[in-house]
Amino acid sequence: MASSETQAAKAYFNEVTDTVCGIVEAKRPPKIWYVAFGIALCLLALLPISLYKLFWTGVGVWGNNNTEAWGWPIVNFVFWVGIGHAGTLISAILFLARQKWRTSICRAAEAMTIFAVICALLFPIIHTGRPWMAAYWLLPLPNDMAIWPQFRSPLAWDVFAVSTYFTISLLFWFMGLVPDFATLRDRATTKGKQIVYGILALGWRGSARNWHRYERAYLIMAALATPLVLSVHSVVSFDFAVSQVPGWHTTIFPPYFVAGAIFSGFAMVLTLMIPVRAIFGLKKVITQGHIEAMCKIILATGMMVGFAYGTEFFIAWYSGNAYEGFTFVNRAFGPFSWAYWSMITCNVIVPQIFWFKKARTNPYIIVIGCIFVNIGMWFERFVIIVTSLSRQFLPGSWHYFTPTFWDAATFIGSFGLFFTLFLLFMRFVPSVAIFEVKGVSEHSHSGGKNH
Amino acid sequence: MDSNEKTSDLKEVVHGVLAEFDSPGALIEGAKYIRDAGFTKWDCHSPFPVHGIDPAMGIKPTILPVLVFGGGCAGLVAALGMQTWMNGISYPFVVAGKPLFSLPMQIPIGFELTVLLAGITCFMGMWALNKLPQVWHPLFKSDRFLRASSDGFFVSIDASDKIYQRAETERLLKEAGATYIEEVRHVTGKSARKLPNGIIGFIVLSACLALVPFALVAKARASRSAKPHYHVIPNMDFQPKAKPQQANPVFADQRAQRQPVEGTVARGETKSDGHFNRGLSGGGWATTFPESIELDEAFMERGENRYNVYCQPCHGLTGEGNGMVAKEAEGLGTLASAWVAPSNMTQEGYVKQPHGQLFNTVTYGIRSMPGYASQIKERDRWAIVFYVRALQRAANATRSDVPENRQQEIK
Repeated sequence: MASSETQAAKAYFNEVTDTVCGIVEAKRPPKIWYVAFGIALCLLALLPISLYKLFWTGVGVWGNNNTEAWGWPIVNFVFWVGIGHAGTLISAILFLARQKWRTSICRAAEAMTIFAVICALLFPIIHTGRPWMAAYWLLPLPNDMAIWPQFRSPLAWDVFAVSTYFTISLLFWFMGLVPDFATLRDRATTKGKQIVYGILALGWRGSARNWHRYERAYLIMAALATPLVLSVHSVVSFDFAVSQVPGWHTTIFPPYFVAGAIFSGFAMVLTLMIPVRAIFGLKKVITQGHIEAMCKIILATGMMVGFAYGTEFFIAWYSGNAYEGFTFVNRAFGPFSWAYWSMITCNVIVPQIFWFKKARTNPYIIVIGCIFVNIGMWFERFVIIVTSLSRQFLPGSWHYFTPTFWDAATFIGSFGLFFTLFLLFMRFVPSVAIFEVKGVSEHSHSGGKNH
Repeated sequence: MDSNEKTSDLKEVVHGVLAEFDSPGALIEGAKYIRDAGFTKWDCHSPFPVHGIDPAMGIKPTILPVLVFGGGCAGLVAALGMQTWMNGISYPFVVAGKPLFSLPMQIPIGFELTVLLAGITCFMGMWALNKLPQVWHPLFKSDRFLRASSDGFFVSIDASDKIYQRAETERLLKEAGATYIEEVRHVTGKSARKLPNGIIGFIVLSACLALVPFALVAKARASRSAKPHYHVIPNMDFQPKAKPQQANPVFADQRAQRQPVEGTVARGETKSDGHFNRGLSGGGWATTFPESIELDEAFMERGENRYNVYCQPCHGLTGEGNGMVAKEAEGLGTLASAWVAPSNMTQEGYVKQPHGQLFNTVTYGIRSMPGYASQIKERDRWAIVFYVRALQRAANATRSDVPENRQQEIK
């Protein structure tokens, strides 16, 4: 009775399940996983050490000073929040746009988002110096003088924006995982796995009545997350744009920040997914076409960012504002010009290679290009924060910024945290959305009468 | 079936029938058949959402979007209410002369909380409507059913359905295109529903452990300890420096406290007049003003002036303890629980206090009132005491205290 068509469909469904579950069910991960995990743990070890040093001694261990009160911690915060944008963009905006290729990478990208936002949340909290007191400054709690946070401050908006983003991303991610946890539960070979994945699967039975509400909920979550993802970096940019500092006080910041965030987020997704797909044999699921599509997005957003850099300069001249003009000349030719030109090279020049199909199909070139993009995006935040603060209205408080060992150790430690979480995710959680890949495949409507 | 023979109250019951279909397309065709046969308690199971199954089964659109809209509205109201109340009512925050309530500044948080509550409602509402999480379901008894999360397409019909009849239903399912049919049974009974001992033990143990922090808090609140708090982060609580009354082996006399260098006068040592400088005379509080002070109109005016600068904000213009600071603190209610209200100095207890004692209070402070020695010179402190006496007299005055020629003015 089973036709060749339905058999092909079954074989395909099985292959997808086996490929993705195989990574989690394998007795041992590939050797390279251990190597990567070891390196990640070494980097992670720097984090508690530098945090201990910070809490014991105070924020003076960093290069921050009166002029550069924000320093690296806020550079790192904006950097990580930016990286955390691709995940929800891929899962929400591309879902609404019915881009089927998103299914292969959305799970990993969402995980990356959550881990990046965890790293991001770390920095403003430790930047307060005494995080055990920060609850009163960040959350709507009255302090001992019965004073509440001041809601005209973009810093208060930031708390709500980033924590909402984290919560919604986490719920969205977990919601997508439940049917796949059910698959792992049903395939479990040991009692322990059955119980753990059974709890995570919440008793999912693939019921059509459940799928109906599930799909509707998924669509609503995507519709909610879409404006949210655009709002988060806009609100982060308000931290700067609402202030009076020349180089910060500009209306271009929200779209410019969002474009930069998508740019860096996609670069990070590619940096992670190209090795992952080679190591775990996911080349059939994450295809060449998917990677090319992401390279094109990097090229497009890279040019948007480049356009924003140009517009800033034009407006600085066109506005006739002497302070604004000085700030931008200082950026390009002042004491921090090395940072500015590193940014331009990495963010504007390097992505141009993705015009060429040869570059978009060569994994080595893509990974190296994407690493450059991420370096460039870190420099962008460094240029915006450090250069602008170092030359404000009062020449008497002009200051050069020099980072310390602990600045670097904290930042590298946050990378350790990110990679550790990501590698654990790769090992224990289905890294590709199994049911979604099946659902968008040509086999998903096989066997129908009108097919 | 691994039914346990030893326990008597266990019995095997039929949950329903499970039928497998070949493909998503076959499942849709089968679903239409079952729907048209009039079944109500049945479901389809597939590893991914099969498109077209909803009309085939006759599933009505979910009310989830309505719930989400409600959640979003609640978030918006909460955000606007929170910002207005916290910055406009509870603690009015005037920033650059802007109005206390203005909508533009509330937009970012209004948006975020709308999305947050809508998203949480969507997540929770979806699981609640789906009646999940569910610990166990009879369908999991079927090994075949485990394929429903990988490549199997199933229809399950509940035995409690009104038109369920085993043979007839199975025939119908075959007609609908099922390739495999199985009756799903499960064991039920009191002892089957009992939790395993391990899980009970785990719950009891974690419940007991969860009480430990509360017990420690209760113990700390009920008992006294001479030991200092445990300092996780020391801030600057412990400093390596010498304090009075401490031992110090560096010096021959073993005392950390040093004598002044010979021939020098320590700060404050010249203030040796017990009456004028401390308000003491004859072994107790001075009951008179120091002789060096002339009690005249100018001295009273000086006292009024100093009183209105330093004392009036808390004690009020009349000394009754109703200054602006006191009123503001009273308005905060329990939020300012550590606040001690300023005294009403016109009360009898304060009227009876000797001048020297009042002088001492101005100098060193009392309860939450700070000492004013560093801000107000001795002479001015006496002037304040003099003015406070006047306030006390005024507050407790009778008609006869008013000069006879002006008594007509009092109504």
